Amino acid sequence: MILNIARKELKSLFASPMGWVILALLQFAFGTYYLNGVNQYFDVMSGAIRPAERTGVTQFVGQSVFGLASFIMLFAVPLLSMRLISEERRSQTLPFLFSAPLSISEIVVGKFLGLVSFLSILVVLIAAMLSTLDIWSDVDFGYIFSNVMGLWLLVASFSALGLYFSSLTAQPVIAAIFSFIALFALLILDRFFAGDPSSVLSYISLMRHFQPFGSGLIDTADIAYFVLFITTFLTLTIRRLDADRLRG
Amino acid sequence: MGVFEYVMTTITVEANNLTRIYGGREAVSDVSFELKKGEVLGFLGPNGAGKSTTMKMLTGNLAPSKGSVKICGIDMIETPREAKALIGYLPEMRPLYKEFTVEEFLTIAARLHRVSPKSIGKAVKNAMERCGLSHMSKRLIENLSNGYQQRVGIAQAIIHSPMVVILDEPTVGLDPAQIIDIRDLIKEIGMDHSVIFSTHILPEVEMVCNHVQIISQGKLVYNSSIEDLKHYRQGNKLIVGMLRPPSKDELLKVDGITDVEMIQNGLIRLKYTPEKMPSEDIVRISVEKGWGLYQINPDQTSLEDVFVQLTQ
Repeated sequence: MILNIARKELKSLFASPMGWVILALLQFAFGTYYLNGVNQYFDVMSGAIRPAERTGVTQFVGQSVFGLASFIMLFAVPLLSMRLISEERRSQTLPFLFSAPLSISEIVVGKFLGLVSFLSILVVLIAAMLSTLDIWSDVDFGYIFSNVMGLWLLVASFSALGLYFSSLTAQPVIAAIFSFIALFALLILDRFFAGDPSSVLSYISLMRHFQPFGSGLIDTADIAYFVLFITTFLTLTIRRLDADRLRG
Repeated sequence: MGVFEYVMTTITVEANNLTRIYGGREAVSDVSFELKKGEVLGFLGPNGAGKSTTMKMLTGNLAPSKGSVKICGIDMIETPREAKALIGYLPEMRPLYKEFTVEEFLTIAARLHRVSPKSIGKAVKNAMERCGLSHMSKRLIENLSNGYQQRVGIAQAIIHSPMVVILDEPTVGLDPAQIIDIRDLIKEIGMDHSVIFSTHILPEVEMVCNHVQIISQGKLVYNSSIEDLKHYRQGNKLIVGMLRPPSKDELLKVDGITDVEMIQNGLIRLKYTPEKMPSEDIVRISVEKGWGLYQINPDQTSLEDVFVQLTQ
């Protein structure tokens, strides 16, 4: 049943040009950065004389592509997630889901998975693109894997938060703006507390937990953070929708 | 009592003391009723009386403040998933994903209502046929006219052939031919399932339902079979028109007549005792005495009058 909801969401993302356009635009941006990265690699590396200055091609290109990806997703995810529930509220289609034999958790998790699987298309494409470096060089697949995993968890967290904000309002645009603000705040939180890395607020920052993946380090504490982040917002969304049924 | 009879009298919907409080005000209070298999229930009431709220509670879209709902014996609050599987619901604002085609949307509806993957194609085709949508299957719902969108709404409610179909004002926005189609469809579904539908068109209730409920200010003020309603309306009265009407006394002499009232245009309203219907005598005597009888009708209180009487 969860999968059926996810399927429906995915279908509706592709039913309008919106889904296709976002996929195409983002892929264009990633492709451009990838190409630039490859072109610049030889220029930069030929200037680096000492071995310590040299980095592998995977890391050099990967850094620019994944850096861009995490930044762009900050804008793309709220745009995609804004409609998930608020649009249903506005066009009064929620009773369709509520009167089907589904629990609210199934509806929420289904919607979340629908969006995440759409975004996974992009993540997979990035991974495939970087893997093509293997044709003429020796790719560090471990580095790609950790980055892909980090990006995927980041994107899933963005989606969970976006889904929650979408459940709060009947206006998709408001949902998008609020989720963007919230995500942006969570991302840069650690900058404000750079002087005190042990502060709790700094620990909440998404960026702080994303960065280790970027340097190829998979830490279960970071994975746990993202999983908890996602679970929290999905639970909040379920509670919000349940309140609809109780309070009317 | 045989098994067959037992099945025939199965209760499909059971509402017990349904109450819904909005901000201290009871929008629906203490509504209780039962619906049996094969019954079509018409739900009447003025605007804001609580019809839609009751329907939302019946379908599990809204939690009742008090009371319970059982669908074929399954409690809606305790096991909502099992209970919801037995219901098809068309809310007042039809819930359509307009970016899909009719066929895509109905396929999604079938899937979400747990129609087995093998029979989805058949169920979709069947629902489209019953609602007259077959030639529109590839059109985007967005581009359909109001009436066709309404049909899609009805189709999604019956796609999994539920035990109970609940339709909130299903004939709104349809043209007369479509209304007739939909009424036939409701009657047809009512043969082997139960149907609850609300409407503002009063004659529709008499045409389609075999049970009527009138709700007013959140309370159930009338709950009875359609025969009772008809009886309630007739009230043992005749309207007669005569060219040369006799005096009141002469009419009172006719066996069975208890009261005579002159109304406009030379028409006369006659009350009679329920045991003795005097129409035959009136015709005979009229011919004998040359009263010039040109009209004789049972006098019915109009449905509108009944409705107003009950809801005030």
